[in-house]
Amino acid sequence: MSKQEVRFSGEWKKKEALKEAPKKEEAAALQKALPASGKSVLEKNYINFGKSQMTKRLQPSLNWKATFDFKEHKSLLRDTQEEKHGGRLERSGPPVSPRRSQLVRKSAEKIEEIISESSSESEEDEEPPDHHQEANAGLPSEYWQIQKLVKYLKGGNQTATVIALCSMQDFNLAQETCQLAIRDVGGLEVLINLLDTDEVKCKIGSLKILKEISHNPQIRRNIVDLGGLPIMVNILDSPHKSLKCLAAETIANVAKFRRGRRAVRRHGGITKLVALLDCAQNSGEPAQSSLYDARDVEVARCGALALWSCSKSYENKEAIRKAGGIPLLAGLLKTSHENMLIPVVGTLQECASEESYRTAIKAERIIENLVKNLNSENEQLQEHCAMAIYQCAEDKETRDLVRLHGGLKPLASLLNNTDNKERLAAVTGAIWKCSISKENVTKFREYKAIETLVGLLTDQPEEVLVNVVGALGECCQEYENRVLVRKCGGIQPLVNLLIGINQTLLVNVTKAVGACALEPESMTIIDRLDGVRLLWSLLKNPHPDVKASAAWALCPCIQNAKDAGEMVRSFVGGLELVVNLLRSDNKEVLASVCAAITNIAKDQENLAVITDHGVVPLLSKLANTNNDKLRRHLAEAISRCCMWGRNRAAFGEYKAVAPLVRYLKSNDTSVHQATAQALYQLSEDADNCIIMHENGAVKLLLDMVGSPDQDLQEAAAGCIYNIRKLALATEKARYT
Amino acid sequence: MNRKKLQKLTDTLTKNCKHFNKFEVNCLINLFYNLVGEVTERQGITIGLDRNAFRNILHMTFGMTDDMIMDRVFRGFDKDNDGYVNVSEWIYGLSVFLRGTLEEKMKYCFEVFDLNGDGFISKEEMFHMLKNSLLKQPSEEDPDEGIKDLVEITLKKMDHDHDGKLSFTDYEQAVREETLLLEAFGPCLPDPKSHMEFEAQVFKDPNEFNDI
Repeated sequence: MSKQEVRFSGEWKKKEALKEAPKKEEAAALQKALPASGKSVLEKNYINFGKSQMTKRLQPSLNWKATFDFKEHKSLLRDTQEEKHGGRLERSGPPVSPRRSQLVRKSAEKIEEIISESSSESEEDEEPPDHHQEANAGLPSEYWQIQKLVKYLKGGNQTATVIALCSMQDFNLAQETCQLAIRDVGGLEVLINLLDTDEVKCKIGSLKILKEISHNPQIRRNIVDLGGLPIMVNILDSPHKSLKCLAAETIANVAKFRRGRRAVRRHGGITKLVALLDCAQNSGEPAQSSLYDARDVEVARCGALALWSCSKSYENKEAIRKAGGIPLLAGLLKTSHENMLIPVVGTLQECASEESYRTAIKAERIIENLVKNLNSENEQLQEHCAMAIYQCAEDKETRDLVRLHGGLKPLASLLNNTDNKERLAAVTGAIWKCSISKENVTKFREYKAIETLVGLLTDQPEEVLVNVVGALGECCQEYENRVLVRKCGGIQPLVNLLIGINQTLLVNVTKAVGACALEPESMTIIDRLDGVRLLWSLLKNPHPDVKASAAWALCPCIQNAKDAGEMVRSFVGGLELVVNLLRSDNKEVLASVCAAITNIAKDQENLAVITDHGVVPLLSKLANTNNDKLRRHLAEAISRCCMWGRNRAAFGEYKAVAPLVRYLKSNDTSVHQATAQALYQLSEDADNCIIMHENGAVKLLLDMVGSPDQDLQEAAAGCIYNIRKLALATEKARYT
Repeated sequence: MNRKKLQKLTDTLTKNCKHFNKFEVNCLINLFYNLVGEVTERQGITIGLDRNAFRNILHMTFGMTDDMIMDRVFRGFDKDNDGYVNVSEWIYGLSVFLRGTLEEKMKYCFEVFDLNGDGFISKEEMFHMLKNSLLKQPSEEDPDEGIKDLVEITLKKMDHDHDGKLSFTDYEQAVREETLLLEAFGPCLPDPKSHMEFEAQVFKDPNEFNDI
């Protein structure tokens, strides 16, 4: 035995120089020798890597993975790839692909290397015999059988290869030990190489195995690293339908990670997969034996499965659309095969996050079919249809379509089924987005969905809660629903959710609570539950969306609370916090905080406090903006803040007036109204009048005096009056 | 063969063989006589393709290379065992060879593989057929070990009644489970590509064919 080991290490040193065929024989010799002596040698190798006996026996294959230097393996394989392309023109003995013989050489080198490592180590270490014994029991017998089969794959002609492939299928290919065993003995390279030959039976056999083992995430990566994807994509062009199916199903598994998806696209796979969806396409082949044939429906199903995996990447979604995938997917939706519908709807649902898709989806009458399939018995199908509706309902027309095709009722009734959480999340999501349309809310109310939603506010996973609260927030835009939510006891659980860290959830909860606060009785409950303080502390949340949403929600709270002024003052550091938010960069935050300040400033004492905190200069700094939403709320805040002390003059000093005049040029009438009010207040101070006059405010205000809005008329008129009054007084002073 | 006889033959063959229509039978008959060449018809002389000619066709047209299998295919075609494939045997044989249903192909393949015709494929027969299917390693101690192992593997996979040999029932069941095993012991059917080319070439446009 030691003699053999010495020979192995010698050969390893010669590895770099040797390139000829004789190597193959040595390789086979080594492989053959493995079962006898190599086994124990390799076992020793594991021990030397410091794993304990027990763990090794329980999980032998993972040990192998740890000791196996994958980077080294990769570099070897890259060489193999280059050799493969280089050796294209060679022809060797039996009808074996020339590349396979090259690969045999390289894989042999690799095995040699490992053996020699272990052999040298075993020479150094002295293992007591009983260790040997236990070590031999380490690797499962499948490993050795698989290794043998791979040897036949490498060295056999078509007949032997097919036999070996069929036998390999008998192993439990879903088990990780088997999957990794195939990889570790160089099986992946051989299987992929078989795909590159002309032998149809070998391709079929190889794909059947690759399809199963590619469920393993590591193996997927290995397949892509070995260049397996472009070969599989080429097989999609094959005239044999069964090959197309197998290739597509394997791609569906391999493309379940980002690099795989990218590789599919880069090799033109998306176009070919979309072509598979075309059921009516006639390949024009004469009737072949049943080995190579498959039903067109099956081909389309496999194509859809592959596209579903691929569609998770943005560029692929675009590629699918450009390849004309949407009308084909729409056509397949009309079938009633569940196996077909699930990947088709899955793909649509992934892609519907893109706006370009939503237009096309509306055009192809897909919504109708999605709604129809909500009534299916298959839970997974229902889930995906609901998700697709959730994605598409961003668009108003789609929301109407869902209602028109009777989709709201099944959605509402699915709420009652809380066992399947994924489906529940999808359904609540769909309901949320559909509730953006008022007519849909009315319908949901009819179907008693609101009560059910309130019931779902507790004991549900976050994905569900986000959507439930979102839906309630939309529903509570209507007065009756606010009352309903209160009566169902929904206020408490909502306020309870104000404590949390999920940003999306917090945004939705604050919106819902804010909506409820519009109703005085609900406001009392919110106040009693300390909801306002919770909202206020959300102003400290790092995420700007949460801050803004909380600030918006605070406005109705302050408006409707009893003793609002007192309540606000009771929050320690609360006013300072609000004023400091005016330093933010985020426009939404700024607009919401201005709105809050407008409400706070209704109380004189609080106004004094925020003035002390420097609200005037901060507001003035914001005046130079083109954002209409911000302009409106800023102007409102300014007009409120004018009603204290020398704030009016201060605004002028901080140069807020001139920009405000420009607001009158905006197209938004609510901006005009707010600005006119602000200017009216500011015009009580003489210096401000001068600035306004210099900036041409009078002309703009004159136009507004004729506006149908009464408040606007009054404010504009009042402002002009003040300016005029000053002008007259100035003139009078000149002549006296 | 005179026209009337030929016509009658065509009709009979078309009726009995299920996979070719009249036009196709015509083409195949013409091909047959082209291959056989100029032979004067005489009593007592069989007109047909002998073993060599037939194997030549298998090799040139269908790319087959395995001598043993080709021999067995010839035997499969030559049902009356007279050493010649006559025109009827040609048509019936091709009917299964090119367009047989799974059942027909299974029967045909089994007969090809059952070397001694006893209704079973034995281990020895399997060994014989798989003898050259693995690369020979000269430094291997027992070059046949791999082949024996392959035979064991195949038997394990296909021998459902565990009697150490494959009956037709065993074989049929195995093929129904895994169609790839139809030609488990050697390629005795044409590969799809050469099949297509053959049919495309032989069954040309009917309008081109004027004379019988």
